[in-house]
This record gives sequence, structure tokens and C-alpha cells, in this order.
Amino acid sequence: MSDQDTSETRSVEIAYFDGTVRTATIVNREVPYPDGKLIVSRTDPKGIITHANQAFIDMSGYSEDELIGVNHYILRHPDMPAVAFKGLWDTIGEGTKWHGYVKNLRKDGAYYWVKATVIPNIRNGELMGYTSVRRKPSRSKIEESEALYKTLLAEE
Amino acid sequence: MTFNLTVSPDFAPDHISGWYFFNTWLQRQLETGIHLELYDSFDAQRTDIRAEKFDLIYANPYDASMLVRELGFQAVARPASKSDETVIAVNVESDYQSVEDLKAGARIATTDDPDVHTMGMIMLESADLDKTNTEIKEQSSYIVVAKNLLNGGADAGFFLKEAYDEMSDLIRSKMRVLVSSQISVVHHSLLVGPRMAEYIPAIQQALLTMQDNDKGKSVLESMDVSNWEPMDSEQTEFMIDLIDTLID
Repeated sequence: MSDQDTSETRSVEIAYFDGTVRTATIVNREVPYPDGKLIVSRTDPKGIITHANQAFIDMSGYSEDELIGVNHYILRHPDMPAVAFKGLWDTIGEGTKWHGYVKNLRKDGAYYWVKATVIPNIRNGELMGYTSVRRKPSRSKIEESEALYKTLLAEE
Repeated sequence: MTFNLTVSPDFAPDHISGWYFFNTWLQRQLETGIHLELYDSFDAQRTDIRAEKFDLIYANPYDASMLVRELGFQAVARPASKSDETVIAVNVESDYQSVEDLKAGARIATTDDPDVHTMGMIMLESADLDKTNTEIKEQSSYIVVAKNLLNGGADAGFFLKEAYDEMSDLIRSKMRVLVSSQISVVHHSLLVGPRMAEYIPAIQQALLTMQDNDKGKSVLESMDVSNWEPMDSEQTEFMIDLIDTLID
């Protein structure tokens, strides 16, 4: 798919782990990951965004002001199973780097796939937050992940 | 006491003399002896860095992690508007129009520059290529990487963007860029080691005002640096964290 594809929109209620609920517009349209770029963001230990680079701003469709200070889960697409994020938080909670393929939700309801890596930021032995770097995934990895996440979602 | 300075081996050969001018200029500013030692190879340089031979290093970002987190170095400045970007290029006559056209078995010409190699391999991931299904041909310089593309010895080559852009028009006209990274936050920096820590304020002061006088300005020009920008410890740690995310 490309960003020229158009599909119908649907409203989905997304419930986050902290009890927050929002209704998001979902469009079945993929925005291709830009060649050569890295999407970079940083959060505090609770996942609140403290830094977003221009590639993140461009791909998410939000302005920098809309991103800073909100939880990173604003990008969570309803097609992503909760267990995938549990794995992420369990891994980084142990102070270990996490890699995974993620379908992200844009502000306009479209989506983009990334290969994400999240690393804890340790300063003087203390956890100060996390850095997340996203890069372009291969089509085969996207297809594998799509199939896996559908199965996991069905089990939730 | 004489301190030792070294420079990441990926600097452009045209600017070798610039680093000697810089060393002379810095010795005068600090009123202390500094010996400059240059290397052709990252591995040889890294061995001597680990042996704690150096006090002042203009370092490749990949080495910054070892220098800061293992050897106690501190980044003090970075060249303004100079970030390290990687180009993947092919022979202009090849059929490859995008990275995704490269297939398993592709012959990749690269150098021992760790940043460029890491970023190059990351940009191949979108074609499902990695070190297990490509033939990596490590070359001694970017010129040899270019020769590999021109003579058909490799399907694609990794270049430091700055080095690619500085090649002759003739060589560049025989190559085509498939992709160029646009990361902007990964860059070289000047790091000071523990033995020289007391000089950090003086080094920073000298570097950050270097462009304000004729002598300093001409030294900067010879190094192809417009001016220096300060680097604090958090900026350095951020860059190291970012690079760590790229290394499996």
C-alpha cells in the first residue's frame, strides 16, 4: 500500500493500561517509512514524551507541542496486541534493550510500520527515561508481524 | 608534560595538514606540549586508545561510547553543522534503483569505519539483508570502495556522505546513490581524557572562540570546520544511547 491509497474510516475506542480511554479515527492506509531516516524520541520513566525529532513529528502527524508531555501510547494502533507492549515494558524494566516491529497510529488515523528499539537511559546508575529509535522494516517482517499480531489480538 | 592527540581515521585526506595546524594552535593556547598521532585504521587506533595512550581524541561517534563510559573521557565540543551520514551507492549502470532491489548474496564494499558500516547495514535491513546473507568486502578507503563499484567488484558500497561528496565529479558521475541517511544527531566530537581533565575549561574556551580571530579562523578553514559548538555530558550520553540502539 502507499500513502495514496484511500479506505474507509472507522472509530475505535482505545483503552490504555492507565485507565485512559480515547476514541480514535482509524484509516486503513499505510504511510511508507521514509528511506534513510531514523525516528527518535525520548520519554521519562513513565513513557511521557520529552523529545521528538523531526522525522517523528512528520510521521506521527502531530506537532511537536502536541507530542511533548503526552504518553508515548498516543501512537498505539488498535491492531497492536497489548501483549507486545507488555513484552516491551518487561524487557526495558530489566534494564535491557528491546527490539520489535510496531504498527503505529498517526494523528490522521493512517498507520506506519517501524522496527523499533527502546533502550533505558541510565545516568549515574539511575534510570532517567528511555530512548526509542525506529527504522525502516522490510516488507517480509511487516507481513510476519501482521499475521502474528492478528493471532495475538484474537487471543486477547 | 606532553599529552597525546589523535583523530578519527575517517577525516578527509585533504585536511591532514589542518590537523597539524590545529595541534600547533592548541599547544599555544594551552601552553603545553601535545603530540598528534594519525592512523589509517580504526582497529589499530582503538587498540592504542584502549591502552590509554591518548588524552585528546577527535572521535568517531561509535567510539564515543567506549571513551566516555569505559575510559572516563568527556566530550567538550563538536564541529558545527557537521553530522555523520551514510550513503549507499551503486554503479550508475546497474539495475538497482532502490535498496529493496538488492538480493541475498549481494556483494557490499565497505570500510572499517564503524558508524558508516553500522548505518549502511541498517539501511539494508529493509531488503532483508544482513551479514549472514551478503558478502562484505572491507576495503582500505572510500576510493577503493568506489573502484569496486566502478569495476564491478561489488554490487553496492557504503560511504561517509562527506567523503562521497568530496570525490571527483568524474568518479561520482559513474555512481548512483540509492539512499542517504538523514539522522543529523550523530556526529564526531572532541573528547578529553582524565589526565587532561584540568584543561577542559581552557580547551572549551579556546575552541568556542576560535573563529573570532584570524589565526584560529584559518586553522578551522584548513580543517574544513566552520566553528565549534559546545557539547555537554547529556548531549554526549544521548548520542551514545542512540548509537547503542543501532547495535544488536
